[in-house]
Formats: sequence, C-alpha cells, structure tokens
Amino acid sequence: MSGNKGAALTLGKKPKRKIRWKRIFPFYLMALPGLIYMLVNNYLPMFGITIAFKKLNFREGIFGSPWCGFDNFKFLFASSDAWIITRNTILYNIAFFLAGNIVAITIAILINEVQRKKAKKVYQSLILLPYLMSWVIVSYLAFTFLSAETGMINKSILQPLGREGVNWYQEKQYWPFILIFVNVWKGVGYSMIIYLSSIVGISVDYYEAARIDGAGKWQQIKNITLPLLKPTIITLFILSVGQIFRSDFGLFYQMPRNSGSLYSVTRTLDVYIYQALMKNNDYAMSSAASVYQSIVGFVLIVGANKLVKRYDSNSALF
Amino acid sequence: MKSREYRVTQLLAHLVCGLFALMALLPFILLIVASFTDNGWATANGFSFFPKEWSLDAYRYIAVQWDTIGRAYVMTIVVTLVGTASSILVTTLFAYAICQKDVPGMKVLSFMLIFTMLFNGGLVATYYTYVNYFHVRNTIWALILPNLMMNAFNVILVRNYFVNSIPYSLIEAARLDGASEFGIFFKVVMPLSLPIIATIGLMTGLMYWNDWQNGMYYLTERGGGHLYTIQIILNNINENINALLQNSSATGGMNIKMPSTTVRMAIATVGILPILVIYPFFQKYFVKGITLGGVKE
Repeated sequence: MSGNKGAALTLGKKPKRKIRWKRIFPFYLMALPGLIYMLVNNYLPMFGITIAFKKLNFREGIFGSPWCGFDNFKFLFASSDAWIITRNTILYNIAFFLAGNIVAITIAILINEVQRKKAKKVYQSLILLPYLMSWVIVSYLAFTFLSAETGMINKSILQPLGREGVNWYQEKQYWPFILIFVNVWKGVGYSMIIYLSSIVGISVDYYEAARIDGAGKWQQIKNITLPLLKPTIITLFILSVGQIFRSDFGLFYQMPRNSGSLYSVTRTLDVYIYQALMKNNDYAMSSAASVYQSIVGFVLIVGANKLVKRYDSNSALF
Repeated sequence: MKSREYRVTQLLAHLVCGLFALMALLPFILLIVASFTDNGWATANGFSFFPKEWSLDAYRYIAVQWDTIGRAYVMTIVVTLVGTASSILVTTLFAYAICQKDVPGMKVLSFMLIFTMLFNGGLVATYYTYVNYFHVRNTIWALILPNLMMNAFNVILVRNYFVNSIPYSLIEAARLDGASEFGIFFKVVMPLSLPIIATIGLMTGLMYWNDWQNGMYYLTERGGGHLYTIQIILNNINENINALLQNSSATGGMNIKMPSTTVRMAIATVGILPILVIYPFFQKYFVKGITLGGVKE
C-alpha cells in the first residue's frame, strides 16, 4: 500500500486522485455510524417540528395531516399555562445559577484550603456523590424526609417539638425553596469541581507575593482568587443564559410527585410538554410548547455563544 | 509554629466542608436505615436514623420477588454494558473521522454535530419519530438509542484528546508500515486514548444506569415489562403512589399492587448499591470527566 502511495505522488493528477479517494474512504466508514445516529436521533426529529403547524391526524401521519398555521400556538398562548411555565422555567434557572454558584465557589475555596490530603479527598467525594444519582433515587431520598405520614421531618423533628406536621406535597409555599435546595444539593459537587480546578490552576506566586505584602487569607481570597475566577463565572453565566429556557425534567417531574396543588410553582416547560403529550395525548399543545422552547432556546444559545466568543473565545461552543 | 490565622482557616474549612459532606451523605444513610427498619414501626413512627425495630423483611421480600427484581437488575446491567460499549465505539470513530482535516466533507459533519447542541426537535417530535418511524416501543432499542448513545459534548472531548495528545508521527509511522486506517485506529489510537475513553465511558455508563425516562416514554407494562430496569421499576412505583395520592377518593376501583414503604426503600438501596461500591475506585475519572467537560456543559 505504501508502495502505491509513493508511486501515486510521481504520477499525473488522475491516478493520484483515485488513490486518494481509496485512502480516505475508511474515514467515511468510521463517520457513518455516528452520522446515521445523528440523522435518526437529531435531524429527523427536527423535521418533526412541523407537527406543531399541523392538525395531527394519526391515520395520515405527519405528512398527510392538514396544515393549520399557527393555530396550535394561539391555543397555547391563550392559556394561562404558557405564562406560568415560562415564568417558572426562567426564575428557577436564575435561582439555581445564583444559589448553585455561590455555594460551589464557597466550598471550592474552602476545600482548597484544607491541608490534609485525605480529608480533602473525602470531602470532595462525598459532596459529588449526589450528582451520580438519578432523579428517581433523589425523589426516594426526599420522600424519606418529606412524606406526610412517615417522613423524618414531620415525625422526628416537628412532632417532638410539639408542632403539627406539614403536608409537604400539598403546600406550595415551601416548594421554591425545596426545589432550589435539592437542585443545589445534587449539583453543587459538579460545579465545585469546575471551580476547584480553576483555583488549583492559579499560580502560587500571587499568593506568595500577597503574603509577603502582609495580606491575610480573606484579603487573598478577595483580591486574588475571586478576580481570577471571574472568567469561569462569566463563561458559566453566559452558557446558562443560553440554557434558560430548558429545565431539568427529572427534577421538576420527580420531586413534586405530580402533585396538582403544586403545579403553579413546580411546572416548567419540559414537564408541561411531557404531560400534554403523554397524559393528555394532546399533540397540538405539546408540540407548540416544544417548538416554542426549541426556537427561543436556539436564539438564546446562539446569542450567548456570540457573547462568550467576544469574552473568551476558548470557551465558545463553536 | 502555626499562626492563629492558619488554625482559624483550617477550622472553618473543615467545618463548612464537613457540614456539606454530611448533608450529602445523610439522606443515603436514612434511605439504607429505612430499608432495614421494621415496616410496622416505620409506619407508626416514621423513618428515623435510629429505629427501635430493625428487620430484614424488605430484603426477604426482594429475595422472594427476585424474578422481577433480578430480571430488572440483569436488564440494567445489559443495557448499561451494551449502551456504553456502542456509545464509546460510535463516539470515538466519529471523533477520529472528523479530526481528518484533509478529508473532504468532515467540516460539514463537524458542523452537523455542533448544530445538534443548538437546536433539537424536542420531546414531541423525537417521541413521534422513534415510535412511528423506528417502532422502538417495547423493544430493547428504546432503552439504548434515544438521546443516550452519542452526544456532541463527548465527541468534542474525544476529538480534542485525539488532536492534542496523540502524536501524529505515530500514525504516520503505522501508515508507512502498511497498516490500514482501521488498524491504526484500533491498534494505535485507541490504546493511547484509554484515559479519555474511561472518562466518557464512565459518564455514559452512569447515564444508562440511571435512565428512567426512555423506559417511561417507550415501554408499557404489558408489552415491555420484561425490559424494565431497576430505575424504571422505581419510577413506576412512584407513578403508582402519585396516582393513589391524586385520586385518594377513587382508589377503591384502582387495582394497584403497592410494595410496602420499607420494600420501596430496599429496592432503591439495591439500585444505588453498585454505584456506591464502584464510586471510590473510579472517583478520579468522574472528577476528570467533569473538569474536562466542565465549562462546556
């Protein structure tokens, strides 16, 4: 084969091109499974968004069903649900970003200070542990605490204090806090590790110099660590702006246990789309909400990426 | 000769980190203790870290029901292994292909890959396509294909690793020795990429192990019950409880077989046990996966 290749280099254009195709053909074979997967999993469904503009009739399929223009969207936005699910999705994302990052940065800075290697590793491993669990498991964990009849909080904390138990899965005023708490609990290990890896990357020289100048720990953190974390924070911020229309389906579906009285504070776009599709078989509403999410999400991601690029081109997605 | 500030910092760091570590751990301990609690005691007194009556009944129940639970366990393992292996193969092959700058068309493929991160058809269209065109309902494909097999982040991670960490001279040398491109990929590139393969493999494996959504979308009790994984069983128990809670007045007509509370906790414990057992050994790769993928997610 190498002989062929050597010969090709000295020959005219035609045979060279022929042999070249033969050489690169295997690469197309390598890309093929991935390409097929993308077509099946990502690109065909993209054409499926036409469902949102059709009056879907199962016998005719997507292509046979009649168009109905923006009717499905009109129904969606005429309902009060559209506003509530959009509001919930956006507000929770903002709260998650703020709470999650403040806690993660605090832990990252403190864990970096821990001198004992063993302790450091144990802390890090334990704090990351919840991240490895599925939301189904987390809902079981939460149930052991929150269940009205057998939950730890009602039975072992509130009742011994002489207080009445709370019907956690029915009373919505607690849920913004519960959801934010659980989301931070599960995700903080992940962001902590990202920040820790940035902190470890900061040159010790800065701290040496600050110490010689008489700066204390707090001043070092305030004047060296935090400013040098700024690029990471800003990149994460812009990227999460791009994701602000997406919600973690598992969190919002599993945690409130589908409790109707909590819908107004727990239902997000993804949960609404799932319920409209699977529980009510309402293709019109669910596909309209789904396309609404995809298109606004697309605009936000492209916009956010433009910003990242201007700020820190290495962190841009494309 | 340790200064006062040093001691204060250490104390504060250990206190705060210890508190968060404890908060992360306690729910798991409560779950496990709950699974060993006597069901009658738990119903009367609630779950507690220090139950007065312990019992192995929940695990005896699981042993008796091993037909269902054991089968689900086997399914979980099969789906995780098959899914992860095929995911690694498809991801690395595709990543290696799009590295080839001199091959026409690879730029288009890279763009197609990145575009999947920006725009997607959403649940409705994906569900419709898989059910009506690929007929995955109640087949094992439903647990392996949708959304899990190849994602753009992993491909980019692997591609970056190939570009930055595999010396091109090695590939050239193998080529001069007459190795085929597939031979080079499997005998030169893959063995050198074990760290990144371990990293994405572990993350992907975890995703398959933890997946309940595909089961919920594409499997039905009657047609796909034999394909249930542990997570799907746990999710179904949840669905049934929720249905009961929502229709507490109408439960008379509903025929739902509900495992007792402690049994549910025991099934959940059995479901997370493998993760808890292997986690300490693979912790390094999890951390690496997060650091590498970090900002991009």
